[in-house]
Amino acid sequence: MLKFSEDHEWAKLDNDSCSVGISPHAVEQLGDIVFVELPEIGTKVDKGDAVAVFESVKAASDIYSPAAGEITEVNSALLDDLTSITPESAMENWIFKLKISDASDLETLMDEGAYTALIG
Amino acid sequence: MDLKRTPLYDFHVANGARMVPFAGWDMPVQYSTGIKAEHLATRDGAGLFDVSHMAQIEISGTGANAFLERLTPTNLSALFEGQVRYSFFLNDTGGVLDDLMITRLGGHLHLVVNAGRTSHDIAHLRQNLDANTHINVKEDRALLALQGPDAAQVLNNLGLDLNGFHFMDARRFDLADIPLVITRSGYTGEDGFEVSIPGESATIIAERFLSTKKITLAGLGARDTLRLEAGLPLWGHELDETITPTTAGLTFALSKKRRDAADFPGATIILDELARGPTRHLVGLLANGARPVRDGVLLKQDGKDVGIVTSGGFSPSLNRPAALGFVDGSYAEAGTQLTAATKGKETQVTVAKLPLVKHRYFRG
Repeated sequence: MLKFSEDHEWAKLDNDSCSVGISPHAVEQLGDIVFVELPEIGTKVDKGDAVAVFESVKAASDIYSPAAGEITEVNSALLDDLTSITPESAMENWIFKLKISDASDLETLMDEGAYTALIG
Repeated sequence: MDLKRTPLYDFHVANGARMVPFAGWDMPVQYSTGIKAEHLATRDGAGLFDVSHMAQIEISGTGANAFLERLTPTNLSALFEGQVRYSFFLNDTGGVLDDLMITRLGGHLHLVVNAGRTSHDIAHLRQNLDANTHINVKEDRALLALQGPDAAQVLNNLGLDLNGFHFMDARRFDLADIPLVITRSGYTGEDGFEVSIPGESATIIAERFLSTKKITLAGLGARDTLRLEAGLPLWGHELDETITPTTAGLTFALSKKRRDAADFPGATIILDELARGPTRHLVGLLANGARPVRDGVLLKQDGKDVGIVTSGGFSPSLNRPAALGFVDGSYAEAGTQLTAATKGKETQVTVAKLPLVKHRYFRG
């Protein structure tokens, strides 16, 4: 199941494991990324918590957790080469994985069609 | 509110610009290559920026010198034909209402003021106007900034004779039968030019510049990182109604004659500050780690507030986070270690001398 949030994040659910990334549109809007901060594995989070930070030349953007749960993995490879964060790779570049405690948290998110309509 | 468009709007869109609202204008923040690439291309070669959002105002009449001297600390009688000066409109407490460029050409004075301050500045000019002075806001003109070490070569290739044309000079040129007013000035710390063009011919001139294959189109994003590295102030950040030119490190723009006469707005406060030394100083800040520090972040040492970040971001030329900020006098020395509290996380920054990247103006 693939869902999108109004904050331009995507969430892919596979059983109770949820991968989270930011959309191609979000990467395009941010521009050159100069700093990324990932959450710590094992952190317990609530839906809507700011768990990671992406900073571009111009501004800092928080990355929110789409659901309550526990951080199980982070994509440290992103930190090795920030220039690899491009609109083209945005749907493959997951940022963190979450063991979610309640799948209904994701029900308020949009499907791909609704998200595409939102960004025009 | 509808955003205003410069005469180059279609040119930007056709060239892949990402347009954003800025001070009431729809402006290119970057093109497809991105801010870092545009920045580095300007430092290494030449960048072309549309800065038509800045207002161009002509001041004429026999009262023009005296009129501008009532509002600024500039000695207008020492500004000769073909010269440009950096200046500011000051209030009675020595604060900066706006910073601007003043050019004398064709017997008139020509001002370029910040887009975000245009309506304020025009009201301020009108309020102080006398019968011997006239104001003409040139809404029909575009302004292009051609900046970088190859900028002069671009103009040479197009047949312009730059012999004897130095930093802060102004001249008229013709290109493709279009009359241009060019000043050798800019906002990047590099050699470069600002080119005032009749609006309807702006695209033709921009295309001519592009045809030399030596330039990269650059947006407001790169303009900001370039000026930050060059330590050049941005109104609303390093300058405002409460910040004096002395605090912002702009004492050079207070004419000696005007200082001696103490006859500009806020002179008592500014001259007193000049004699004693300002309590705060504008400094460069380099983050010790990879996390940028942003505007408004407080700077501390041993838990004590000693300053504030006014422009925070990233320096593509130094490839590390960089910022401008004000710090109390005893913390302004290069190498001073300070703590910036960013969103509950503390990062360490080092005070650095301005400019962060050396100016390369062409002084002949």
